[in-house]
Amino acid sequence: MSHYPRKSYSQRLQAITRRHFFEQTGFGIGGAALWNLLGLDLSANPLQTEASESVTDPLRAKASHFPNKAKNIIYLFQAGAPSHLDLFDFKPTLQEMNGQDCPEELLSGERFAFIEGVPKLLGSPYDFKRYGQSGAELSELLPHLSTVVDDIAFIKSVKTTQFNHAPAQIFMNTGHQIVGRPSMGSWLTYGLGSENRDLPGFVVLLSGENDPDGGKSCWANGFLPSVYQGVQFRSQGDPVLFLTDPDGVTRSARRNSLDTIKTLNELHRKTVTDPEIDTRIASYEMAYRMQTSVPELMDIDAEPASIHEMYGTEPGQSSFANNCLLARRLIERGVRFVQLYHWGWDHHGNDSTNDIATALPKLCKETDRASAALLRDLKQRGLLDETLVIWGGEFGRTAMNEGRNQSKFIGRDHHPRAFTMWMAGGGIKGGTTVGRTDDFGYNIVEDPVDVHDLHATALHLLGIDHTRLTYRFQGRDFRLTDVAGNVITQILT
Amino acid sequence: MTAALSDRFVPRLFHDSEKTHCNSVAWADSASVETVHILLNYSSMWRRTSCTLAIIFSASLILNALDHEHLLNSTWSGQVDAIEFNRDILPIFENSCTVCHGPAIQEAGLRLDTEIAVLVGGISGHTFIPGESEDSLLVKHLLGQNVPQMPFNETPLPPKTIALIRSWIDSSKLTSFKTTTSSENASHWAYVKPERPPLPEVHTTDWARNPIDRFVLSTLEGENLSPSPEASSATLLRRLTLDLTGLPPTVQELDAFLADSSPTAYEATVERLLASPHYGERWARPWLDLARYADTDGYEKDLPRTIWKYRDWVIKAFNDEMSFKQFTIEQIAGDMLPNPTIDQQIATGFHRNTLSNKEGGVDDEEARWETLVDRVNTTASVWLGSTIACAQCHTHKFDPFSHEEYYKLLAFFNNVDYEIEIPDGLAQGESWVVEPELTLPTSEQAIQRQVISEELDRLRNTLETNTPELDTAQYIWESEVNQADNTWTILTPIEHKSEGGATLTRLRDDSILASGLNPEADTYTITATTEFRGITGIRLELLEDTSLPANGPGRDEEGNFFLSKFDVLIAPIGSPRLSTTLSFTDVMTNDWQAGYEVTRALREAQEAGGWALSEKGSKTQGTTQSVFLPTSPFGFDVGTHITVRLAHNMKRASRNIGRFRLSITTDGDPTTIVQVPISLHSTLKTPLANRTTKEASELASVHRTLTPLLQPIRDRIQILETRLVDLEIPTAMIIRERELDDRPSARMRFRGTFTLPGRKVFADVPNVLHPFPDGQELNRLGLAHWLVDDDNPLVGRVTVNRLWENLFGRGLVETSEDFGTEGATPTHQNLLDWLAVEFVEGNWSPKKILRTIVTSSTYRQDSRGHEALQNRDPYNLLLARGPRFRVEAEMVRDIALSVSGLLNRKIGGPSVHPYQPDGVWNRPYSDDQWIMSDGIDRYRRGLYTFVRRTAPYPSMTTFDAPSREFTQARRINTNTPLQALTTLNDPVFFEAAQHLAARIFRETDPRATIAARIRHAFRLVLSREPNHNELNALTQFYRQELARLDSNLVSAGHIVSGGPNPGLSTTELAAWTMLSNVMLNLDETITKE
Repeated sequence: MSHYPRKSYSQRLQAITRRHFFEQTGFGIGGAALWNLLGLDLSANPLQTEASESVTDPLRAKASHFPNKAKNIIYLFQAGAPSHLDLFDFKPTLQEMNGQDCPEELLSGERFAFIEGVPKLLGSPYDFKRYGQSGAELSELLPHLSTVVDDIAFIKSVKTTQFNHAPAQIFMNTGHQIVGRPSMGSWLTYGLGSENRDLPGFVVLLSGENDPDGGKSCWANGFLPSVYQGVQFRSQGDPVLFLTDPDGVTRSARRNSLDTIKTLNELHRKTVTDPEIDTRIASYEMAYRMQTSVPELMDIDAEPASIHEMYGTEPGQSSFANNCLLARRLIERGVRFVQLYHWGWDHHGNDSTNDIATALPKLCKETDRASAALLRDLKQRGLLDETLVIWGGEFGRTAMNEGRNQSKFIGRDHHPRAFTMWMAGGGIKGGTTVGRTDDFGYNIVEDPVDVHDLHATALHLLGIDHTRLTYRFQGRDFRLTDVAGNVITQILT
Repeated sequence: MTAALSDRFVPRLFHDSEKTHCNSVAWADSASVETVHILLNYSSMWRRTSCTLAIIFSASLILNALDHEHLLNSTWSGQVDAIEFNRDILPIFENSCTVCHGPAIQEAGLRLDTEIAVLVGGISGHTFIPGESEDSLLVKHLLGQNVPQMPFNETPLPPKTIALIRSWIDSSKLTSFKTTTSSENASHWAYVKPERPPLPEVHTTDWARNPIDRFVLSTLEGENLSPSPEASSATLLRRLTLDLTGLPPTVQELDAFLADSSPTAYEATVERLLASPHYGERWARPWLDLARYADTDGYEKDLPRTIWKYRDWVIKAFNDEMSFKQFTIEQIAGDMLPNPTIDQQIATGFHRNTLSNKEGGVDDEEARWETLVDRVNTTASVWLGSTIACAQCHTHKFDPFSHEEYYKLLAFFNNVDYEIEIPDGLAQGESWVVEPELTLPTSEQAIQRQVISEELDRLRNTLETNTPELDTAQYIWESEVNQADNTWTILTPIEHKSEGGATLTRLRDDSILASGLNPEADTYTITATTEFRGITGIRLELLEDTSLPANGPGRDEEGNFFLSKFDVLIAPIGSPRLSTTLSFTDVMTNDWQAGYEVTRALREAQEAGGWALSEKGSKTQGTTQSVFLPTSPFGFDVGTHITVRLAHNMKRASRNIGRFRLSITTDGDPTTIVQVPISLHSTLKTPLANRTTKEASELASVHRTLTPLLQPIRDRIQILETRLVDLEIPTAMIIRERELDDRPSARMRFRGTFTLPGRKVFADVPNVLHPFPDGQELNRLGLAHWLVDDDNPLVGRVTVNRLWENLFGRGLVETSEDFGTEGATPTHQNLLDWLAVEFVEGNWSPKKILRTIVTSSTYRQDSRGHEALQNRDPYNLLLARGPRFRVEAEMVRDIALSVSGLLNRKIGGPSVHPYQPDGVWNRPYSDDQWIMSDGIDRYRRGLYTFVRRTAPYPSMTTFDAPSREFTQARRINTNTPLQALTTLNDPVFFEAAQHLAARIFRETDPRATIAARIRHAFRLVLSREPNHNELNALTQFYRQELARLDSNLVSAGHIVSGGPNPGLSTTELAAWTMLSNVMLNLDETITKE
């Protein structure tokens, strides 16, 4: 007796070419096979989209668990951890007590990266005002963001467990502090695929002085197949590694080689039953399309002057502003997850390159205008409703002046217990604020939100039940939210 | 039909039974009872497949909720089966008990979420006596007999449920905790030592070459399938050569093999390849994934490390046919062997491949702990195929490894040697863990090092010794320093301005004093004139003043300042238009604060930073000063107009200078005045006789670093130090055991959290597995022996399974990383067991097992398959055809290099840096650059490419190579457009195409036809002749490209640029290069078939 599912040959092919992608998931072939085994109607499974899918494309768009609020995500990752106290979370008490010894209750049992002894409290040197109909309170350092606060939900009570950059960034991206798990973008493209046939589903853009501390682990696929890893688009050289044909290889020559490769692969396919050859043929075709679509995408020259003015973009530059504009262009093209990293928010105050007085305003200048422009631009194109925009770093900063080695510069140490992030766009109730910290912006006193909650919420907005997006690895079903995660319902429409 | 096969198609989607790590069973909730019945029926056919358990369980849950009686009456299975804990009892406990007696909370020390835990009981003792439900504590509690009724303060369980629990107790065959080895978990096939199974009878008698084939054929016959015919000789040779050496066969090897008609031609080839030194390289590769081998630390800065000697050791071990037993013992505990050899110590590098966290602010003990955790997890994964990592936080949910046992294993590693090092130049309080290293000079290097070191010692000694001659020189020098002030001429300011609005007043001594407003970031401009020519230095003196906070010289509350930029404009007097900015070569000072060196005041304005005084310096009596050294002496004949700008560019700081004075000199050495640090100024002024020994020696030491008398010695020291570095003596990272009288121990960690230490446990091995070998001590060496004990049920299977996986693309157990109850069931259990026993009894020789496998008929089958077979067995689980899959990342590279003739076949040595695009390495707080290796080191095999964990070599990652943070048992093959772009356009691969083109021409007759050349290309790349259609397609391509290139000579020139030219016309060579590029991109090229 045989228990193989009876399927048509073409269905089998689909199953095989995608065997690594779906057999172990709640979506896809595993489920299909069972329903088949049971002789049940495939169409009865709401997650089953197999009938219409492409034979070989693991990135094909897939249905979500339930109707989504947003289709895509732009995540503006502020690497280095911006100071919530100087940007979003105004604390009059802290202002009043500026320069005084830090109260004992904030220090006992606490571990800092660099602070030693009894540090002094540090009020923000910046003015805060209320903006928009919602009256959201923002620092003078964010003049542009202040004009779009009514589209934004601020979460002032985010917390993490990590207080060093690399693990905290990796935690914020993968739900686990040690490298090796898939990142949020990988999970999403694994779960939902992408609507663009010519571009990767998960694109990463970097600006700032350095790559993020977590390195490529921040957008790694972990144990998911590597097709789901974030693809870094570069601003220097090839936007995608090896995108450009070698010198002397013209487009027509390349087309000719690809046709010949295809012919030879197809000839071979006739004698070999391995459907991986079909996948390879398809991947070469997509590579060819990427060679056209990526440079076209990266070329922002043709954008009107008004757009450049709005974002503060300068074609040819490697900047956060340019990346914001690219993010919009990627989302327009149906890319599922675009993640920007801007490195440099690590404002310890060792010297004027990383202090609150000079370096923080510089970072805000680099990012504020473009972040606001992105929201406005998405809105005017009707894309904001279907795009979730997330802004935030990997942790917050202390209410105390760090004063490492008796530094004379003001700066703040790492602070994992409370910080601010914001979300805007599809499914987000604009003009809301969730969560509250104490008088020092130090501990959360209302509605704590942890990293898994952020992930659960983002997945929820994309129509995914975070507890059901899983992948089996080393004997266990893993998910982005690990064993936790609650959707932050207060910020949902 | 075996259970294993159907297992492939059972979904994992409602796998996990417990809420913690799991999928919810959302859709199952709404499933009809009828569906559930189907599930149960399905599952009852195949117990013990991992999924089945979950299905039963999930279904039971639903039933449980619907109607307990239903379950009890067992209408679903038609009989009262033996009651199984996981299926029948656990759901009850989960529903009613585990909130208080579960993974999170264990009231009364009791947990009821695994069978073992139930059995062990809590503080009141065993929960039950098997077979005696009447007297069992558990039942008494459920009934409330003389003890509090459970669930506490909740509705008692229905009588029928209690009856079910009693039936379970009464039917239990368990007798004590130890007997759990016979429980459900323990009897999991993988925990039972394999025995050599009898060879199955088969109908076809002329196919099987060795026992492997008997097992495979028996399964096939059971499925009414026949094996595929043997693959063609050419295919077999390529398959075999790739499998055993990781390289494709050469054309000569191909011809020789095709020409050899002897019946043992194949076996002879197997022997030739197994003896190849490349065999070790090929088989080192998967081991290096397991060993998480990399060339960097992995965190933040991701600092480079030197551990390639370990890689060399692995390659050599494979080539030397070291038994896996010895291979294991040396890697786990080579240092503890009697009189360990250097190689045995290098082998311990296996566990030095852990990540190492040296980020600022890291807790060094926690960082060390993380490495121990990784060592435990890796050991379990590599040798036991077990996912023991779960037990770091809680007793393993599925496999029989307890939380406590985890820490007992960890204890074996807790006694390895380390030191806490406080690194130079880092912030106070920072430190990190340092483990031992071997320095491994060649004998020649050792001699050289000794010679150099001896001379260095002598010279340093000389440099530290005062002589009467030096004393005299010092006396003269001191007076020079003391007199140096006289060589300076004070500039009289004619103008002095504050941009920020401070009041600047010129005092009688021509110094400037600031008062009044103290703006947050002021800039002072002072102008003066001088008649001097040949000015060699400008001095800035910072003077104290009682009007300043803390007497100055700065205006911040501690009397300090922050000078961010020192600028000087000079112009001939009367010609302000000719003014130029003075450039400086250097600046020296006698006081500064770490991080605020005076050189920062010379940086470009937009660069941050500046000069500030040390805490001590700003409060001493001496004069703080800096001497700025112009690039060349200046001073106009007509006199010079000097404008000095002092910028204090620090917002909200108000750290401006309070009182200062400018002067100039024409002295030959303007720096004399600042040669003595301000901290020694008082010593300088103290007469010799009154100086303390310490003061005297400090000042003498400063003098000796400056005096021309010792310049030759200082020069020589510098040369020798450089030479020492240039010796490039290799090092190796090793493990070393600390002296210990007691058995190694470790503290448990509550829920795995480092900051929550629990009780101390001593080194021991998990209960469920074989006993610790007699005569071995409970230490790391004993552990090593235990891992490769003949009684270990796992290690043989796990190891042969990996060998199989590398050859067939899929292990007999697909989850080669997990042989636990959650792993995949073996497709051919008997075959696996046979191989495992064969391996252990065959002196643990991987080479022997490989020989057995590759000489089997199973391995030698054609891989092409046919549609019916493809339809029937798409994953080739039944092995009715040969393996066909895309080769691993390193082989993709090695094939291109090899067929083009570029490959450098050197074996071993430090990691190399082949071509890599710019910008791949861009790490915060790290300036490390990828510097391309010289010459032929660029063409080394893939396994020698430098692995930077946070920025791995792009083309390797694209082809699924891991970044080696953690042990990885298998790579999952993907097939993506980025791979296509890599082999099409990566300069490494295009260069290979250029060389392949030249080679095609070089190795064929100059008058050869296009067809003949294409044939040669095919033989080089694919080890076979092209068929008619393939030949036509490529011929046509070649002609089209040639025509195109003839009309586009520029394009042709670019295509061949940088490549070799064997004497072809540029256009022809370019066309062959394009054709070679096509060849290197065929599916077949990067596929083993």
